Amino acid sequence: MSNNVQYGFYVDASKCTGCKTCQIACKDRKDLPVGINWRRVYEYGGGTWTENADGSINQDVFAYYTSLGCNHCSEPVCVKACPTGAMHKRREDGLVHVAADLCIGCESCARACPYDAPQIDKDRKVMTKCDGCFERLAEGKQPSCVESCPMRAIDFGTMDELKAKYPGAVQPNFAPMPNSSVTSPNLLMKPNRHARPSSSTDGKVLNNSEV
Amino acid sequence: MERRSFLKMSAAMGCAATVTGCNSSSSDAEVVAPTTPTTAVEKMNWSACLVNCGSNCPVRVYSKEGVITRVESNFTVSDKYGDHDVRACPRGRSLRKRVYAPDRLKYPMKRVGPRGAGQFERITWDEALDIVAEKLQDTIDQYGNESVHFTYDSGARYHFSGTGCLKRLMNLKGGFLNSNGDYSWSQIYEAAGKTYGSAGPGWQGSSVSEMKNSDLVLMVGYNPSEIRMSGSGEAYDFLSLKQSKKFKTIIIDPRYTDSAVGKEDQWLAIRPGTDAALFEALAYEWITTNTVNQAFLDKYCVGYDEKTMPAGVGYEESYKSYILDNKTASDSTPGVNAKTPAWAAKITGIAEDVIIELARELAAAKAPFIQIAASLNRQAAGENNTRAGYMLPILLGQLGLPGTNCGGLCKGSSMTAPSMPAGSNPVTKGISFFTWTQAVEDGKNMTVLSDGVALPKELLDANGDGKLGHDIKAIINYGGNALINQHSDVNKTAKIVGDESKCEFILVVDNWMTPSAKYADILLPDVSWLESEDLVNQSYAAGDTATLIQMSTSVDPMFESRPIYEICVDLAKRMGVEAEFTEGKTRKDWLDGFYATAKAATPDLPVKEVMLKQGIHRKYLPDGSYIVLEDFRKDPVNNKLGTPSGKIEIYSSQLAEKAKTWKLKPGDVISALPKYVPTWEGFEDTAMKEKYPLQLTGYHTKGRAHSSFHNVPWLREAVQDAVWMNPIDAQSRGLATGDKVHIFNDRGTIEVEVKVTPRIMIGVTALGQGAWFQPGGSVDKGGCLNVLTTHRTTPITKGNPQHTNLVEIRKA
Repeated sequence: MSNNVQYGFYVDASKCTGCKTCQIACKDRKDLPVGINWRRVYEYGGGTWTENADGSINQDVFAYYTSLGCNHCSEPVCVKACPTGAMHKRREDGLVHVAADLCIGCESCARACPYDAPQIDKDRKVMTKCDGCFERLAEGKQPSCVESCPMRAIDFGTMDELKAKYPGAVQPNFAPMPNSSVTSPNLLMKPNRHARPSSSTDGKVLNNSEV
Repeated sequence: MERRSFLKMSAAMGCAATVTGCNSSSSDAEVVAPTTPTTAVEKMNWSACLVNCGSNCPVRVYSKEGVITRVESNFTVSDKYGDHDVRACPRGRSLRKRVYAPDRLKYPMKRVGPRGAGQFERITWDEALDIVAEKLQDTIDQYGNESVHFTYDSGARYHFSGTGCLKRLMNLKGGFLNSNGDYSWSQIYEAAGKTYGSAGPGWQGSSVSEMKNSDLVLMVGYNPSEIRMSGSGEAYDFLSLKQSKKFKTIIIDPRYTDSAVGKEDQWLAIRPGTDAALFEALAYEWITTNTVNQAFLDKYCVGYDEKTMPAGVGYEESYKSYILDNKTASDSTPGVNAKTPAWAAKITGIAEDVIIELARELAAAKAPFIQIAASLNRQAAGENNTRAGYMLPILLGQLGLPGTNCGGLCKGSSMTAPSMPAGSNPVTKGISFFTWTQAVEDGKNMTVLSDGVALPKELLDANGDGKLGHDIKAIINYGGNALINQHSDVNKTAKIVGDESKCEFILVVDNWMTPSAKYADILLPDVSWLESEDLVNQSYAAGDTATLIQMSTSVDPMFESRPIYEICVDLAKRMGVEAEFTEGKTRKDWLDGFYATAKAATPDLPVKEVMLKQGIHRKYLPDGSYIVLEDFRKDPVNNKLGTPSGKIEIYSSQLAEKAKTWKLKPGDVISALPKYVPTWEGFEDTAMKEKYPLQLTGYHTKGRAHSSFHNVPWLREAVQDAVWMNPIDAQSRGLATGDKVHIFNDRGTIEVEVKVTPRIMIGVTALGQGAWFQPGGSVDKGGCLNVLTTHRTTPITKGNPQHTNLVEIRKA
């Protein structure tokens, strides 16, 4: 990577309540229709139930939420998958953008991305995605999702800044996300206390219709 | 979704197998970065989300040439906790879509088809107001003011131009039928009133901030992260304190809620309506291990044991005797029906050893903060459930002290912002808010002792009974959806409301074509919040930050919509009370007057010109951290409670009297002591469970505030409207997440998706309430929970038991 600057997100999953304010604030910024979610909140959970002879119950249920936009990966598989060069990583800030005029809407990027970040606009037949709120950055503002979060669970900045600000933050190697070695996402996390590792089969995504 | 699920599994190999050798930087792509559209003159006005979640969040509304372009929230300060932003939740952030919803009401309309069919024709404001004035006057002349009813509303919590204007108008015209209580908290008011002497401790317990002084927070049904979602409200207060103070948190709920998901230290899954059995088992443990606070019970309470019974009432009617099932004060050997943990385990679903450990932990806690949420009060035995919960802090003597709570909901901080004075109602007769459908059908014969009718003393007979003597003949429904959607048994309600021979006139004022709006005879379009000027405060349960918000607008009223204040002025003109209504003031005079009153109460509130730019004035805990019943605890002699004894009444003589005189339906219980009562359609209703084996409870979904915001597709996408079902119950029915199912009982059938999730108790199902009823077929495809709820009332307040339901669920 020859980027001078690489922006990325920090997500504190111990705070996230799954309220979806980030998702809605993001949609309001660009008036995104239903079906296109540049930011999504995944509900992952599991656990088993047993009924005792006396009618009482034992359980070991857990669940937690993970808010994801685009991780503007350092090894973006979406960019690799793009046949036209429309999907590209910007030198100046490391943000991964789609050049709409080059995009043929083939969805190769969406199939490649393990985070569901590319979101096809079926009407315009063009790929769309989280652009890191680059125009807000230029105005000195944080991205909409960051500023909207009622629980203050999301942050954004250069990766150097985020690492300095959150020294305890770790790589996002938690289910339902893949291991970070796959795409080198620019995402740091404080995991939920229930977090399971990426490869875990303890639970599953419980809100597929919402993401 | 299938594509994405597949991708998750295959992601690891996907990156290698896709296109290899491509450059991952932008050097190859000659791309011009998109530019921000040039802005015309963009204006920003502060407005607010005035929905009934407990918080009025400020929103910053951006517009160009009168068209809203986006909605942001409050980002003005350092955002350090205690001086933090008031951030709107997803509902507030979706307000632009709500203002521009396709079902927005545009013009005054009159009904042309059968009532409820939703067939209307556009009329002029003059014609509409002539009809409304004439119909209201006719109803008053022919049937009396007692025949005019306001359905409960909470969907537009304006201070100036809101429901208060219509009530003011009607009060000037002789009044309307009083409606006592509300769908939220009626049984709480009663439980707190009888126990603590006033409703206050029930809905205004200790501040959330008191959790900082607690070592154990017990949340029974309390779910701030889904109900009080504002980013300065209870959800954020709770999270901030939980993460900085590290008190232990135990959540008792049928659902593994979003207030849990990692913030809980322990979740105990419980069957709805059985909480009181758990509380009694805790009481049993404390009594039998001598961990009750005997000195507190002796000094501050009535009815615990033989030492504090009212005159003429023996030990055998005391709480201790009831829990131990032992009639002899000198012998505390438990009887066969003692309320043991083993007994409660069978009912509640919480294992015996877990109950015993919970009792031990609560007794050992230095300052347990106990909250008994409103979900327990919306049950068939709601009054008793709630009173039983209040026994926890009472038995431990853990109230009125730092870090404790009396079991009440958390009191929110507040600053004064005046509301339109409604005046006083000359009508003295009243009904429970929940019995209005009965009063439409046969209000004349509703009585005090059977139906909880409120009559002035002079109208009571020797037995304390009397009849209402009026049917409801006209209904005014402003900014509310309880006319159809939020009342129980929607199919039955729709029939009653749809009968034009019963209620002869229905006025609905709203912004959207809600299920209730479809039942209007005259339908008037109100302006939305984002088209309004007002000074509002934080609302009634916004946590520890009090706010004042100066709303203004650059958006003209949509189509022909008008503020209700102006509508009421024109109605007052027609009904001959204009001068009394306006007091000779203009709209500006009223608003300026309200502002002056607010400034007098909060002197550091900036002048209005500043507030129009600044939008919000906030204070964290302006009156300090509140400890409920602190004065009483310090000095019970000089700070007597409002109970007849002036003490905490475990045994209520007033309820003992009601138990003797009131006429109850079979199975309903009024008791002097708080008691677990197995109820109709409860877990122990084995007869009904043969037909309908699943308990169904409603809850507050994040995707709506009650029924408000249902018509915003962004929110329907963000929060799936699906009935939650445990995998074990789903497996036996062959159901998988996403399946369309029918939920049904004798009252109706609704069609929704099912969400199979381990996050709910076995045998229990849960559905977010508030989805909009779609009339027409035999199955409500709108998925309105209240198709399945009953008109049957709770025993004392005649309130709403909307969480007590038995159903069966099958694939649609």
